[in-house]
Amino acid sequence: MKFFSLSKRNVLLTLTTSVLLAATGAQAQNALDDILKSKVLKVAVQTDSAPYGFVGTDMKPIGLDIDMANYIGKKLGTAVELVPVVSASRIPALQTRKADLVIATLGKNPEREKVIDFTAAYSPFFQAVFGPKNVAVKSFADLAGKTVGVTRGAMEDQELAKVAPPTTDTKRFEDNNATIAAFAAGQVQFVALGASVAGNMMTKNPQLSSEYKLLLKESPNFVGVAKGEDKLKAKVNEIIAEAKKSGELDAMAKKWLGRPAGDLPI
Amino acid sequence: MAVLAEWPLLLTGIAWTLALTAAAVVVGTLLGIGCAWVRGRGFGATLAPAWLQGLVGAYVELIRNTPFIVQLFFIFFGLPAAGFRLSAETASFIAMVVNLGAYATEIIRAGLEATPKGQMEAAHSLALTRSQTFVWVVLPPALKKVWPSLVSQIIIVMLGSSVCGQISTQELSYAADLIQTRTFRSFESFIVAGAIYLLLSIALRQFLNWAGAKFLFGRR
Repeated sequence: MKFFSLSKRNVLLTLTTSVLLAATGAQAQNALDDILKSKVLKVAVQTDSAPYGFVGTDMKPIGLDIDMANYIGKKLGTAVELVPVVSASRIPALQTRKADLVIATLGKNPEREKVIDFTAAYSPFFQAVFGPKNVAVKSFADLAGKTVGVTRGAMEDQELAKVAPPTTDTKRFEDNNATIAAFAAGQVQFVALGASVAGNMMTKNPQLSSEYKLLLKESPNFVGVAKGEDKLKAKVNEIIAEAKKSGELDAMAKKWLGRPAGDLPI
Repeated sequence: MAVLAEWPLLLTGIAWTLALTAAAVVVGTLLGIGCAWVRGRGFGATLAPAWLQGLVGAYVELIRNTPFIVQLFFIFFGLPAAGFRLSAETASFIAMVVNLGAYATEIIRAGLEATPKGQMEAAHSLALTRSQTFVWVVLPPALKKVWPSLVSQIIIVMLGSSVCGQISTQELSYAADLIQTRTFRSFESFIVAGAIYLLLSIALRQFLNWAGAKFLFGRR
């Protein structure tokens, strides 16, 4: 018994030490050089957010975000390797260097800016609450006592927490597909989703007879880069500015969203 | 540390993990004993009707040959289509009971079938009925024989409850996932969750080893 409790303490000590070590890890600023040398740009994309990133009939990722990734790859003169992620693993993909860029309907907020950097915005996006047509919802107060499904780690999760009454029961799911499945199965009464994702859901599931209820946030998409990678960020910003001027961003938005990109923040 | 600052979430997670496990262990083990009686050679297999044996056999094979997460998703996302809408917590509980029950059936059956024939004959010659023989003569030593494997299976079910967070049950992994998405500290979140699971497993094993000897089969 004595030996046993000793080894348990050792385990805890090891754990604590490794946490401390990890917190002090330094990061080099050479992502751009590495990309240009290896001729491969690794981009994290989502495959559950039509029309931004989803899987086509040939099982390959397609969408506005994938077009954007390929556009940046072309301008850099590198091949593009797509790394599929879900909402909650977008930022960890940058932190763990699984991807050089995240182009996956990534919105900007102060919490995220603490851990990664953002380029200029490249496409419009807004998040909203959707629900059944026969339930009247005029304001967020009407969500009191209701269940709302969100995708864990998505911007909707944080935004909803700010505006919904405390009695709103927020159910969090792993990815957009699971959130939509829960809504379709009647496990939640409402969903908070990106507008285009929800639009896609409603077209595919007319039997749900659901509609747009409340606007959560207007939140354009940015490209995410690892913290401190200023050279890479500057280069991507240059490419985005050029695409904006040449009308390339508008063309992409028209192709996938049916409207121009509009006024995007830098 | 940012992760430990979220301790209310972690505590809720631990409470749900333990509550789900405790409920699943009690109901799942009882289910396992019942099904083991039906399937056991020299017990129900000679007494229970053929349709019941077939049903239990199908249940055990179906559950033991499909992944837990598929069973869970079927109950939560699939059953509403058939008109059964269960909350995430109830769905998790049922999935864990059904899963543990199937594995416990086979583990306990092994213990039942290892009963020496002479022991049953002795019970009969003392004029014990069939059910008395089963409950007082056969079951306790059978449980004692297979207790270590059963405890291991229970630990596996507790650790398996980590996927219940996928359907928004607020167990420990759900808490860790949520903390990770709030703080973006993946390393710390998951190492803290891992350490808690480790401690829970060790504690649960010690408790079950003690409780089994104390309440189920006595010290011999």
